[in-house]
Amino acid sequence: MEIPYTVTPRPDTGLANPKLGIWLFLASEVMLFGGLFSAYIFLRIGAEPGYWPHGLLNVPVGAMNTAILIASSVTVVLAWASLKMRKLSAYKLWMGISIICGAIFLIVKLAYEWPQKFEHFGAFIKKDALAKYEGYLGNDYIKEKNAKSGTAIESRVEISGHLHEVEMTYDPTVLEKIIADQHAALEKAQDRLKQLEASNTTKEFAAELSDVKKAIKETNERLANLPQLKLESFLNKHDLTAEPDAHDEKMLIAKGHHLTPGIAEHLEKLPGVKFHAFELGLDPINADPTNPESDKPHFLYKGPTEKPGRIEREDVDFYSAFAPKHSSYFAVYFTITGLHGLHVLAGVLIMIYFWLPIEGGTKMFRRNPEQLANRVEVVGLFWHFVDLVWIFVFPIFYLL
Amino acid sequence: MSDPHASSHPPATKDTHEVSAHGEHEHFDMHLGLYLGVGAFLLVATAVTVFLSYVDFGSQSRNVVIAMLVATVKVGFVGAIFMHLKGEKKTIWRPLFFTAFFVLGLFLLTLLHWYDPIATTVHAHH
Repeated sequence: MEIPYTVTPRPDTGLANPKLGIWLFLASEVMLFGGLFSAYIFLRIGAEPGYWPHGLLNVPVGAMNTAILIASSVTVVLAWASLKMRKLSAYKLWMGISIICGAIFLIVKLAYEWPQKFEHFGAFIKKDALAKYEGYLGNDYIKEKNAKSGTAIESRVEISGHLHEVEMTYDPTVLEKIIADQHAALEKAQDRLKQLEASNTTKEFAAELSDVKKAIKETNERLANLPQLKLESFLNKHDLTAEPDAHDEKMLIAKGHHLTPGIAEHLEKLPGVKFHAFELGLDPINADPTNPESDKPHFLYKGPTEKPGRIEREDVDFYSAFAPKHSSYFAVYFTITGLHGLHVLAGVLIMIYFWLPIEGGTKMFRRNPEQLANRVEVVGLFWHFVDLVWIFVFPIFYLL
Repeated sequence: MSDPHASSHPPATKDTHEVSAHGEHEHFDMHLGLYLGVGAFLLVATAVTVFLSYVDFGSQSRNVVIAMLVATVKVGFVGAIFMHLKGEKKTIWRPLFFTAFFVLGLFLLTLLHWYDPIATTVHAHH
């Protein structure tokens, strides 16, 4: 189907159709991101002191990504202007740079920024246990400093860093009992099946018969899967070890290179496993909480230190990686930057399409250069919008 | 770019642009400097945003307001120059006014929380 007015303006609107179309689309996009930004405002205003984290993101990396997007906005306009001046090779160059910029942005996000978050451990301490961890939190120091010099440093409720070890006990009989129960249930169901099949009133019990068969099938499946819940198989699967503690024979120390917060959560759910404490390499703020340098987030991001910290499980309200479920902050951070990232991906794909020597791309230049210029103008408008959203995202998540 | 008389033209054939396109060369050359200039301004403004976030303006909310002002100026330049809103037709401006109206209304809705505050938050549920 030929779309009319792709090049010349439509008489009644005075605009070429694609341009009006993209602007109406962008208007709806403003509402979409507007909704998410108002969710951000709502969550942030509603957060209790200490529960809206600051300084967890890498500012130089975020600033670099901002610069990359701004640069690509310039090169997209230059690509469009090159087409207007009928310079195909200049167009290819500027468009190529724009595509590379978009790709770098995504790579930094997906291969560097996000994976780091998923390995970072954070534990919110129960309110009545906060005082016990004064050495990591420095809340007395903060109170004193706020009273003395009128600063407004927020109290701290979370201890974070790199998870090294988990102290735990393991009672294998819990799983053994579950397996025994399942075997008993299976036997009972099989007996009933035999009875039903032997009776002459099968029709009467047709519904029960199918129920029993279903129960046998499900119990068998469960029994096949249960061995995976053995501590040993879990440790093997995730390349972890659990050695008895030198000081306390009952205690096991689970550790390994792959002991991420997410794996720890799964480990804790195994039948018979009971966590007693986390051992971590503390983040700088918890390693040295009374250092005035920790009062405010740093420009240069400093990862977890080697200084060990120990948190007892019973004092932890909630622990997780820096994943969406960690806090309202990370939930709305991943939602907005994820949706923004999808927009970057879409923009890159469309720009590649217009850059390739195909009918919809540079081949169009010979046939109808103005139509190609209009296409590039439209993807350019989309791309500038994506840049514009990031101009707000960067300060609200990285800086404030 | 936009031709003020375009609306009075009959639906033209695909080739009409060829005639005018070459006359526009100078026009776009002139703009190249402007685009680069705005790009440079945006980069500097980004650095300014980062710098200002480490300056203590007395309260966190003041820092937020200042950062949002800088961001709004940046966005204004992106819209006016890169997206050609400066000198754009009314047909485009009109829906954008509606958008601005509704998105501001949406933000105002969040202020209603003062009348229905959140009693307990987030971390109580685990």
